Amino acid sequence: MRVSVTVNGENFVRDVEPRLLLVHFLRDELRLTGTHWGCDTSNCGVCVVQLDGVPVKSCTVLTVMADGHEVTTVEGLEKDGELDPVQEGFVQCHGLQCGFCTPGMLMTARWLLDRNPDPDEGEIREAISGQLCRCTGYENIVRSVRWAAEKEASV
Amino acid sequence: MSTPMGFGRMHRKEDARFIRGRGNYVDDVNLPGMLHGAILRSPHAHARIVSVDTSAALAHPKVRAVITGETLAGLNLAWMPTLSADTQAVLATDKVRFQGQEVAFVVAEDRYSARDALELIDVEYEALDSVIDAKKSLDEDAPLIRDDHEGRADNKIFDWEAGDRAATDALFERAEVTVAQDMLYPRVHPAPLETCGAVADFDKVTGKLTVWCPTQAPHAHRTLYALVAGLPEHKIRVISPDIGGGFGNKVGIYPGYVCAIVGSIVTGKPVKWMEDRSENLMSTSFARDYHMRGEVAATRDGKIQAIRVKVLADHGAFNGTAQPTKFPAGFFGVFTGSYDLQAAHCEVTGVYTNKAPGGVAYACSFRITEAVYLVERMIDVLALELGVDAAELRMKNLLRSEQFPYTSPTGWEYDSGDYQKTLQLAMDMAGYDALRREQAEKRERGELMGIGLSFFTEAVGAGPRKHMDILGLGMADGAELRVHPTGKAVLRVSCQSQGQGHETTFAQIVAAELGISPDDVDVVHGDTDQTPFGLGTYGSRSTPVSGAAAAMVSRKVRERARQVASAMLEASPEDLEWTVSESGGSWTVSGTGVGKTIQEIALAAHSNLELPDGVEGHLDATCVYNPPNLTYPFGAYICVVDVDPGTGQVKVRRFIAVDDCGVRINPMIVEGQVHGGLADGVGMALMQLMAFDEDGNHLGASFMDYLLPTAMECPSWELGETVTPSPHHPIGAKGVGESATVGSPPAVVNAVLDALRPYGVRHADMPLTPAAVWRAIQGNPIRTDLAIT
Repeated sequence: MRVSVTVNGENFVRDVEPRLLLVHFLRDELRLTGTHWGCDTSNCGVCVVQLDGVPVKSCTVLTVMADGHEVTTVEGLEKDGELDPVQEGFVQCHGLQCGFCTPGMLMTARWLLDRNPDPDEGEIREAISGQLCRCTGYENIVRSVRWAAEKEASV
Repeated sequence: MSTPMGFGRMHRKEDARFIRGRGNYVDDVNLPGMLHGAILRSPHAHARIVSVDTSAALAHPKVRAVITGETLAGLNLAWMPTLSADTQAVLATDKVRFQGQEVAFVVAEDRYSARDALELIDVEYEALDSVIDAKKSLDEDAPLIRDDHEGRADNKIFDWEAGDRAATDALFERAEVTVAQDMLYPRVHPAPLETCGAVADFDKVTGKLTVWCPTQAPHAHRTLYALVAGLPEHKIRVISPDIGGGFGNKVGIYPGYVCAIVGSIVTGKPVKWMEDRSENLMSTSFARDYHMRGEVAATRDGKIQAIRVKVLADHGAFNGTAQPTKFPAGFFGVFTGSYDLQAAHCEVTGVYTNKAPGGVAYACSFRITEAVYLVERMIDVLALELGVDAAELRMKNLLRSEQFPYTSPTGWEYDSGDYQKTLQLAMDMAGYDALRREQAEKRERGELMGIGLSFFTEAVGAGPRKHMDILGLGMADGAELRVHPTGKAVLRVSCQSQGQGHETTFAQIVAAELGISPDDVDVVHGDTDQTPFGLGTYGSRSTPVSGAAAAMVSRKVRERARQVASAMLEASPEDLEWTVSESGGSWTVSGTGVGKTIQEIALAAHSNLELPDGVEGHLDATCVYNPPNLTYPFGAYICVVDVDPGTGQVKVRRFIAVDDCGVRINPMIVEGQVHGGLADGVGMALMQLMAFDEDGNHLGASFMDYLLPTAMECPSWELGETVTPSPHHPIGAKGVGESATVGSPPAVVNAVLDALRPYGVRHADMPLTPAAVWRAIQGNPIRTDLAIT
């Protein structure tokens, strides 16, 4: 099937199998390997991207469902050489170790701050509760998102 | 945060690529013409293979090859050695011995077609009775699992013991108080978010095999591939790229890796194989599965005299545990923990069952998780028996600082410790007395609140070559340091990060030794063509072994620099002293303030400066570090829980962790590692259930069933630290990567059982799910390793 998907602002037209998962379209077709794959069952969230600005688990979205829509991946966060504050926050607060869950966490964090610029710890935990991290025990991810919120509030 | 000259908080060098999605994990490797592999797995726990028909799969238009056990047998590759000198089937030929075992390998043009073709393979099985309950594995009528072993009559793998049986028994006979408790440390899986996989590329022209694979031990893999496949070792390059979490899951060689290699040799193309999550959970290394009985002998006033332990260890269908050869039960022998006692004895029996192989694979420091859990549960059982406070009982029996170095009753030489100070700090941070008062008030109202402690001592950094090897490979690690003419350095190490931040901390070690900025040191790891030999990263050994190697090789460079500086300054080397100021490191003529910086020396070392006879130019150096002993990190943990008596739901309200891992190179990274291990403890204690039904069906084979802790189950961790340097480590550091995973589960379990005291519950096994807690409250505990009935 022919699909037309806008990814990080760039339009891509491809012929794909109807069963092709969005995560594989991004990784294998477009070579955007920042989005990871981890579980098949929508539990781990390492495949989270934004579809029209809303976080989705791209292992549970068919590429054809993204036809005519806009996808943002971790590669789309940095703009004109400027890191997004959530990216900076993860560095500042040691919010990552192996880095495998990081892209998905960043995409959810960006969405959260867009909706709620001043989330408290509980709201951050709830926002990332559909995503797993095996390294950080979540503590520094929460701090990273708070750091980004504070940075955005200060400019 | 500014960059320190050596140790201290410093942002990670690795982060720049990861936050941009620019990491390079194995599934990101994409080679021209690359094919994709997929594995057909057994639906049975135990069955004889009658026939395998691959004709329909081969007829699939996108399939390039189908490899079966028979294909491999023709190449003498159907079986491979395990890390415990047993054998494991790569692809089954005779029988399948666990559900999920590898039966056939399809190579196709894309990953979806490879999976499609699996369904076209027709395997006829003849189902056999299976051994699922380890406790029945040695029954006379138990089915024989390893009939491939000539002369084998039963499912026993080994009997192993440690300590002094007679002295221990004598103390038990005379003891005023004895307690005994059966407990299970259930089978769990480390479940790194990146599953296992490999890309194999065999070049027929050069004969060179390159394998990209997320291995924690790239050099050991290279040597094993040479031994397994008969390829010359210099023609094998193992590249371990960024690893999406390892935790021990990525130490061993899995059949899929061998299949990818054979697939590349057969097709002449690069072959990628990536397992899915169910495959990862069902077939790759699990951990624990220790059925333990602990006994403690003590005086009436609470002085512990002896500990006695019996263990039945379920190793699955192949003995594939990864640990030093002389230690079939890993380092379980440190089960006397942090306590001063007179005698101890343990017996461990390892058995085969129809489950996946493994056992040492989850941040366990070679079975110290099991040992710490046992002793820390037993202390609480004893406290309950004596009617004394669990913290008080620990404080009374902990080893005292003047006893170090201390040789334990089972022969372990603890290097350093100051245990009371660490426990006291944890209690102060927790507000222990206030918590007990709050608990008493809540009990009056029928509310269930629990306070649990654990005090752990680990033995990490394997290890001294004379005692420790894996398949004959001694556990020493190399390091190589190049200093370029402008004074910038490249360190090459044998260990491999799975998120530990080696590119940062190892640069800090070199920086501290040479008086340069960590920004001026690049760390190369994870490529056997680029790094010296060593056994890799697991068992918290990177800092104790490779970190020591990094310090020692830096000191060699520094000594070489002294010789060059002596020529530059026209002074005797003995008259030079090493100084590090804010601007960096220098060799200075004593008492004059005249000296040369390391950068000036580096340039001179590469110049035409005349050097004395016997002094080589350049500053590069190599070393191999053979640790004289293990390092013994320790810590005191306190967990506070609230339990809903109606549902059995446990909420971890607070968790206080005080770790002592000696000198901290980068405290930020140490704290991060502790955070992660504490979450593991909550997960194992409360959620992570890997049970089997009576037919050997795996009941935790996806993240829908194998529950891992999320941000909602984890509290905000409260960390503290004490620093007791290791006396034998060059920079006084100890391993810490697994401390929290080892130390935290008993704290959580002790807290839950403390909460359940009003119901007279003395013990219940992990995971303490709502169902398990509720059943314990009803006085009808469940066996968590088998299907809930």
